[in-house]
Amino acid sequence: MHLWRGDKHLLRGIDLALHRGELLQVVGPNGVGKTSLLRCIAGLLPMESGEVKWSGQDIRKSRDEYTRALSYLAHTNALKNELTALENLRFSVSLLRHVTPQALVETLERLQISQCSDLPVRALSAGQKRRLAIARILLSETTLWILDEPITNLDAAGIALFEACVAQHLERGGAVLTAAHQLLLKGEPNVRTLELRP
Amino acid sequence: MTAPGLLGLVRLVIARDLKLAVRHWDQVVQPLIFFVIVTTLFPLAISPALDELRKIGPGIVWVAAMLASLLALESLFRPDVEDGTMEQWTLSGQPLSIMLLAKTFTHWLLAGLPLVAISPLVGTALGLPSSVWPVLAISLALGTGSLSILGAIGAALTVAVRRGSVLLALLVLPLEMPVLIFGARAVDLAMHGESVAGPLNLLAAMLLLFVSLGPIAMAAAMRISVES
Repeated sequence: MHLWRGDKHLLRGIDLALHRGELLQVVGPNGVGKTSLLRCIAGLLPMESGEVKWSGQDIRKSRDEYTRALSYLAHTNALKNELTALENLRFSVSLLRHVTPQALVETLERLQISQCSDLPVRALSAGQKRRLAIARILLSETTLWILDEPITNLDAAGIALFEACVAQHLERGGAVLTAAHQLLLKGEPNVRTLELRP
Repeated sequence: MTAPGLLGLVRLVIARDLKLAVRHWDQVVQPLIFFVIVTTLFPLAISPALDELRKIGPGIVWVAAMLASLLALESLFRPDVEDGTMEQWTLSGQPLSIMLLAKTFTHWLLAGLPLVAISPLVGTALGLPSSVWPVLAISLALGTGSLSILGAIGAALTVAVRRGSVLLALLVLPLEMPVLIFGARAVDLAMHGESVAGPLNLLAAMLLLFVSLGPIAMAAAMRISVES
């Protein structure tokens, strides 16, 4: 993959593969292109050259199939401040699949934010908002998770909870790609790191 | 995993946007208040003599409606793009064009339909006889629908541009001129007791054209804005 941003050759010949059951963490200093790499892989940023393949097929050709298998968590949480936590979650998951009210409540409980379910998102802390955004990923039932700095604003308990969710997803045959400053699941055999250098 | 069908999707988007609008009602009533105030200014500035106002009344109502619909466009897609919602929509595997059309329809319900409803009142203030009200309302209903769709295409194109509202107006207003011309013409013909079928048919045809092709343009413009 090659990507230029203005005059800057940001991604210079990146080649990577991600398999089921694997976590790949992209690390590197700020501004090195971690987010751009993730956005390219998610199909949100067109590249100058290179291709992204999902199950052997170019994602530009099988875009619908790919997006149905993909969950993307950006820096922004994609939440509406005016809606309650539960309303936000119900809408974002309902776009993808049928979901029962019970499943929504259970996921909020799992991420320990069920006490905020009827509060407008505006009233939530930054960490609680992040947990709510993660709840959407958990409920999406997709194979590939692309997560841009997923543990931003999470406290120690939140990070532990999130690591458990990622570990479970990997066990079930999912694949996770993250951009991170702090490594997750250190020392596990199915965890790899890709370092981008300026 | 069962994704919602098209109808379910449309219902979902409309319900969400209506819920958001209820919690933001102060923004929702702005175009309506603007429409009423602008049309009320003319009798004050020109002359309260009804026969003078009657001559320019149709034009005033239509220009005010056009500007009022432009007023609400800025906030049509911007909040969803800024908070990352639109990015999620493009990745949802659902047809973006249908979702944006549903959003635009809700926008029309909130910004266009109230203008139609209040048009008899505004018409009275400008001396338009009650026999003209139905034509005024029908022309506005058809026309504001077209204005919403044209505006939504412009809004999708300029949403990634910082302070894009001036650009949006420059882009959209020239495209909206045919709607203005035929809308104002229909009301004018009705005042003179002539047949209004021509301009109304043309307004309806334009609306059909925009409803069928507009969503494709909106989705393409939105993808360009999000993928940058």
